[in-house]
Amino acid sequence: MNKTINGFIMAMALGLGAVASNAAYAQEAPAPAEAAVEAAAPANAAANAAESAAPAYEHLKPVEGVGMPKPGQMNFQDQASPTGHYAYWMHSWVLMPVITAITLLVLALLLWVMVRYRRGANPVASRTSHNTMIEVVWTLLPVLILIGIAIPSIDLLAKQLKPAPKDALTVKVTGYQWYWGYEYPDNEIGEYVSNMLPPEKAKANGEPALLGVDNRLVLPVGVPVKLIITGADVIHSFSVPAFWLKEDAVPGRLNERTVTIEKEGVYYGQCSELCGDRHAFMPIAVEAVSPERFAHWVHAQGGKMVGEAAAAAPAPAEATPAPAPAAETTAAAPAVAPAKS
Amino acid sequence: MSTTVADDFQGHAHDHHDADHKPGFFARWFMSTNHKDIGTLYLIFAIVAGIIGGGISGMMRHELAEPGIQYLEHWALMFEGAGAGEAQALHLWNVLITAHGLIMVFFMVMPAMIGGFGNWFVPIMIGAPDMAFPRMNNISFWMLIPAFVLLLCSTFVPGGSGNGAGTGWTVYAPLSTSGSPGPAVDLVILSLHLAGVSSILGAINFITTIFNMRAPGMTLHKMPLFAWSVLVTAFLLLISLPVLAAAITMLLTDRNFGTVFYDAAGGGDPVLYQHLFWFFGHPEVYIMILPGFGMISHIVSTFSRKPIFGYLGMAYAMVAIGVVGFIVWAHHMFTTGMSVNVKMYFTAATMVIAVPTGVKIFSWIATMWGGSISFRTPMVWALGFIFMFTVGGVTGVVLANGGVDDNLHDTYYVVAHFHYVLSLGAVFALFAGFYYWFPKMSGRMYNELLGHLHFWVFFVGVNLLFFPMHFLGVSGMPRRIPDYPEAYTFWNSIATHGYDLAIVGVLIFFVNIIWALVAGKKAEANPWGEGATTLEWTLPSPPPYHQFETLPVVD
Repeated sequence: MNKTINGFIMAMALGLGAVASNAAYAQEAPAPAEAAVEAAAPANAAANAAESAAPAYEHLKPVEGVGMPKPGQMNFQDQASPTGHYAYWMHSWVLMPVITAITLLVLALLLWVMVRYRRGANPVASRTSHNTMIEVVWTLLPVLILIGIAIPSIDLLAKQLKPAPKDALTVKVTGYQWYWGYEYPDNEIGEYVSNMLPPEKAKANGEPALLGVDNRLVLPVGVPVKLIITGADVIHSFSVPAFWLKEDAVPGRLNERTVTIEKEGVYYGQCSELCGDRHAFMPIAVEAVSPERFAHWVHAQGGKMVGEAAAAAPAPAEATPAPAPAAETTAAAPAVAPAKS
Repeated sequence: MSTTVADDFQGHAHDHHDADHKPGFFARWFMSTNHKDIGTLYLIFAIVAGIIGGGISGMMRHELAEPGIQYLEHWALMFEGAGAGEAQALHLWNVLITAHGLIMVFFMVMPAMIGGFGNWFVPIMIGAPDMAFPRMNNISFWMLIPAFVLLLCSTFVPGGSGNGAGTGWTVYAPLSTSGSPGPAVDLVILSLHLAGVSSILGAINFITTIFNMRAPGMTLHKMPLFAWSVLVTAFLLLISLPVLAAAITMLLTDRNFGTVFYDAAGGGDPVLYQHLFWFFGHPEVYIMILPGFGMISHIVSTFSRKPIFGYLGMAYAMVAIGVVGFIVWAHHMFTTGMSVNVKMYFTAATMVIAVPTGVKIFSWIATMWGGSISFRTPMVWALGFIFMFTVGGVTGVVLANGGVDDNLHDTYYVVAHFHYVLSLGAVFALFAGFYYWFPKMSGRMYNELLGHLHFWVFFVGVNLLFFPMHFLGVSGMPRRIPDYPEAYTFWNSIATHGYDLAIVGVLIFFVNIIWALVAGKKAEANPWGEGATTLEWTLPSPPPYHQFETLPVVD
């Protein structure tokens, strides 16, 4: 038995090693993000100069290993949101040490009784069948450990589900069989459709196959974004591992989650609720950019930033024309869907 | 009740000993009211279903061995003829995951644990001549056959883009209603109805038997833990299965009669289905593991030559798991958009289950502590069970945290978790129980060397198969996908190799069984020695056709 169990300890140790090495990943990340900001700056200047011209918007290039899984990865993707960091801490520094310790304790006890109390070493068994003290201990001790876990866990839930502030950017996400629709009611950008790129095309673009999409969900960094998530036909699930975010897109429900993205970059996810044939082929790609660059993108889409809308038209800023685009887009969406080969 | 049946046989068998007179082949195996024969039928059924379900895992694992669609299109052509294209191939994938889940849960683990070992050994362990309702026992088993046939038939009728139900074993609406045109899902629903009725009848039978037919002197607090585990399991079945029946009946009417229970457009709610399903589904996972807990207790005690440590704690830990198991269901639904308070409640409630489970693990170790352990095959499986179940259990504690679950939900981490508690938990318990009771059931000894070889090959295989899935899960790979981004290739290929190894282990198992039946040496009444103290070891191996014509007295 020792041999296999040693293998197991190694696997466990590797798991822990991966946790520790994450700190290194985290430090690599900012460099590409900065590069992206520099690239963005001239474009922003141009955007400010000629606002109405809607100049071409240059999309970010994904950075290998950021916002996507790495080959042979054994740990979580690097987190890019405050709740993501918290949840990652919760998993890797609260839960992992506790469960590893418990597993190793059980393993050690098992190995000990197997060696010490094998028939050769202990031919006459004891008749002990009770020990109230130890039974109370091994009932109460886990209770205390679980309370220790529950406190940060409940705090994490409270932080994750804290309602978005009033000035949060609202984006509506709709799951369809088998693509995503994104709509920016605050910016008067009607729903557009995001389809998976064919694998060859994704690779040609420098994006991972099955993750690259034609139209990304573009979001500003450093600003709370309120995602309103729903499903149009069956249940889908909107998931971005790098934001520690997963929320089902349920027909008839508007699920709300708030995310604040910390770093620029392209972050990928995949539909995470079985939704039919092409469930594996409706990825999510979030392009997180600086607020200036986001404004640029909004203009390039023919939309308006919230303040501008108020300035351009004297109508109150809140009164974005919500119902009309919704009706339009549901009708339009199937037409945009890819012709199935 | 059982005496009526016995008397029928007595009428034309005066020259035989009454207890051991067996009816002819057809009457014995097709009209059986004998708990041991029905138990044997259940075990054979479970093995057949397990081969089919395990074969499907092989298809899936090999499709996933590398990125891209390898075999699905080819299989779809074989399966559905020349018209099959990409859509049919992808639909076939969903049919495979659905069939694998349903077969393993409803037609492999449950029939083996409760129908097989429960039928065989609960009456014997409590000193009863048979089950309380032998004819109902017969119908419980025989309803499983049409249920399984309906499930298999569903794969040959349309269920969307291609043949078969591609909804996942959870059959979530609206994918299972508006998302799956064609009769396949209806057949699956009817199959689940029949399997459910079968289990409810079985549960009633076990509860009645255990409450009313214990031998004189056997109080509930002296009853063997396996009987305790089946009693708790039977209550879980009795309370949870009607809820599943209601949920899938509403699915059926939504699909066929224009109701809108789960249709948001008509005022229904898809999430209602999930609540109902998991109100059944979570107790279901304990239904699959509790009888295993019972078996492991006996095996550990037998081969340590020590009484079970903390017997009452063990029994009531199972009761506690059963009770708490009913109030934690929505941890399967953390991402459906529940409010923060509900998520907090289900997080806390779910973690509570770790306490009685911990009591069981520590009590097993304490049973061995001070014992005189012999490493016979059943004991090796039991030890494997305890460690693997611990690994699966602690990842359950991770998943219980609603906030952490956001990233792990519906990823391979969940697949790893539930295969550690089921494929390495429940299945290890089944193998342990099989080796433990095989001499009793068949009257033959299995080969000890092959038994150990089976264990080691299978142990290494399933760990290679399922441990890498934790890594796939944390790095973000979703469940239920036939193709994946290239970054996930390495661990997927390791998992596939693990599957191949595990299958070699299963082949060794079959060789061992066939060898034992053909050439195994005769088993004594008690092949395990002084540690085996329950009533089945007081009977010859195999036991007489009718045991305990004079009830044993327990003091």
